[in-house]
Amino acid sequence: MSTEFEFTEEMTALRTMVRGYCDERSPEPAVRAAMESASGYDLDYWKGLGSEIGVLGLAVPEADGGDGAGLVYQAVVLEELGAALACGPVLGTLCLAIPALAALADSQAKKDYLPALISGDLVATVAMPTAGGEFAPGRVTVTAAPAADGWTVTGTVDHVPDGVAAGLILVPASTAEGVALFAVDGSAPGVTRADQFTLDRTRRQATVGFDGAAARLLSAPGEAADVCARTVRTAAALLAASQVGGAQRMLDLTVAHVTSRLQFGQPVGAFQAVKHRCANMLIEVEQTRSAAYHAAWVLEEGGDDPDLAVSLAKAVASDSYASVSRAAVQLHGGLGFTWEGTPQLYLKRATTDLLTLGTGSEHTERIARLVLDERIPAANLPA
Amino acid sequence: MASSDQGTPDAALIEETARRVVAEYPPGSTPVAELMGAWYDAGLEWVYFPRGLGGLGAPRSLQPVANRVLLEAGGPEPRTVATIGYGIIAGTICKYADPEFAARLLRPLATGEERWCQLFSEPGAGSDLAGLATRAVGDGDDWVVSGQKVWNSLAHLARWGVLLARTDPDVPKHKGLTYFIIDMTAPGVDVRPLRQLTGRAQFNEVFLDGVRIPDSQRLGEVGSGWFVANSTLADERTSLGERVNARSSGAIADALRLWAEHPENHSSALRERLARLWVRAETHRLTADRGRVRAATGSTGPESAITKLVGSELSQAVYEYCIELLGPEGTLIDTYSPAAPDDESGPAGIQRKYLRSRATTLEGGTSEIMRNIIGERVLKLPQELRNDKNIPWRDVPRS
Repeated sequence: MSTEFEFTEEMTALRTMVRGYCDERSPEPAVRAAMESASGYDLDYWKGLGSEIGVLGLAVPEADGGDGAGLVYQAVVLEELGAALACGPVLGTLCLAIPALAALADSQAKKDYLPALISGDLVATVAMPTAGGEFAPGRVTVTAAPAADGWTVTGTVDHVPDGVAAGLILVPASTAEGVALFAVDGSAPGVTRADQFTLDRTRRQATVGFDGAAARLLSAPGEAADVCARTVRTAAALLAASQVGGAQRMLDLTVAHVTSRLQFGQPVGAFQAVKHRCANMLIEVEQTRSAAYHAAWVLEEGGDDPDLAVSLAKAVASDSYASVSRAAVQLHGGLGFTWEGTPQLYLKRATTDLLTLGTGSEHTERIARLVLDERIPAANLPA
Repeated sequence: MASSDQGTPDAALIEETARRVVAEYPPGSTPVAELMGAWYDAGLEWVYFPRGLGGLGAPRSLQPVANRVLLEAGGPEPRTVATIGYGIIAGTICKYADPEFAARLLRPLATGEERWCQLFSEPGAGSDLAGLATRAVGDGDDWVVSGQKVWNSLAHLARWGVLLARTDPDVPKHKGLTYFIIDMTAPGVDVRPLRQLTGRAQFNEVFLDGVRIPDSQRLGEVGSGWFVANSTLADERTSLGERVNARSSGAIADALRLWAEHPENHSSALRERLARLWVRAETHRLTADRGRVRAATGSTGPESAITKLVGSELSQAVYEYCIELLGPEGTLIDTYSPAAPDDESGPAGIQRKYLRSRATTLEGGTSEIMRNIIGERVLKLPQELRNDKNIPWRDVPRS
């Protein structure tokens, strides 16, 4: 892995490849079609990400069937998927389930599930409660009981990303000894998935119910909480990277619009009120890029407190992407408020991202605790 | 190994040379001027300058190699010895002055024996610098200069200055300027202190009344002053500085310290505000790092354009926060006497920094201009229609 912030030629090539794939296979009309569809995404597009261009397993070690390139490379992919507003189990599979499996000690489980996820043939998600941007074991709503040949799980979880599409559902559940992590076949008896109609139609969520559904133990009490915490952390970092992409796309689109839109005999982008707001958008995009990639580099290489780095990334990304997308609506004038206009799609994605895996305020509170209350040594690390 | 076929020095040669200088002139016991003279003579002051002018003709990216050796040996940061002049002025002299004149000027600039000042801004020409009015009229081999300059740091101590003056009022404003080196001891140069809201007179006004400048002190062609002044600004921007900033350092360090020292003033609102400022400070630091990494690879990006703007507004926000956290103590200050040293580490340090911070969004380009620059040069947004660029300067309305 290169020096922090040294974006290599390979990363640039990766970025170009993913962008090209998305431009061709998921341009805006395809995104809108996916939004209207029952499943919410194009299966072939998703499979292609895995099998054609091979970008779903970049952060998974080669020994576990992945590419081994590292989390920063995976973040680059997320950035481009965010820019394209890619529809599909990005959050459930790419951000949550794959990192969760990769974090397990159980190598058989990894072998059983990771290859199919990485090839795009299998979709998975994690039904995990979070609070304040962290895994919240106290809010686990599913209980597990030992059964003849394994375990069963019972309970309901709301807001499960990609819950309906998932063929594999990872779920933390309480046992007598504490919270453990289980794998459940999404179409097994005792599993019900009810689609929750989302504000952001490019992202699907479900209420998932378990009623004595067969479950396989992935991580026992004692380890499971740590696996879940690391999963949330990785997911938040990857989500932040996708927020960078969306924000950049909104900046680019807005600049193009205000350059071509003429009023009062000149492009509206010439007026300082508009120009300065665009400059502010650029600043927000660049700040988000710095924070998000710092988190990715830290999770890959170390060099900082990972909780602090991730909270910084998610705090900045959440507030900035939302701000940039709102500015994009505004700077498109009336067009920005229409259904047919592009900014509304990104506004809704930014709003959902802000609420997922910890809001700006929740992560700021976490930072306040780490830096001001606990005064962790990392808060005063030299660069 | 020491150099390539063409004699371009590499890092190893520069480091070797630097170590030789600090061994022969140990920084702990050598007077600064002597040390920096040797440093200059060895071609380490600006390694990217030609030999004989304080350089070795090496790539600019190798400057940190030399500076690190000097700093580790206990020597000063060269920029702090030369202060004004180290960056843009030295670069302009090197690029445009006759080698003999350049040699005369650059060595004492590097050693700090001769100080420099910049005479650009005027009361009527700040953001619109190209609209400046100081006149230079040709008279034989000389130019006769009259006008008023403002915001001139160190002018009261300077031996030389760089001056932008109008040589032709009948052409559009950008085309009628010429760049000069001015002898600050020449008759007709009158330096007066300019007092800021901090109480101090850190800056000056400079009144020029019939000052004679020999044509040999002109840099660049007549009428190309704007071009000369700007061509070296691009070089300055590539030198982002070798110092890496530590987390929780700078202004935010003051805020964190005050927070720890004033538990009686804690509230959840102030706690959240501080956490948000820390996030801003840390993100700014990471962006500066990212810009440095990019610059080291030789490419330019938006990071450098935004760090000045963001840093200036952040520093203001931090001191606005600090003054609030101080409570009633913030209503007091130690003194406004212009003669008193500006003690930012004393009992009224926060108040002083708070007042001083109001200038960060004005100096070196106002925040409004910075946003225009970001919009136009980075985002390539169109310029506003302008009615002053293509008419004779004489016809442009001025206040």
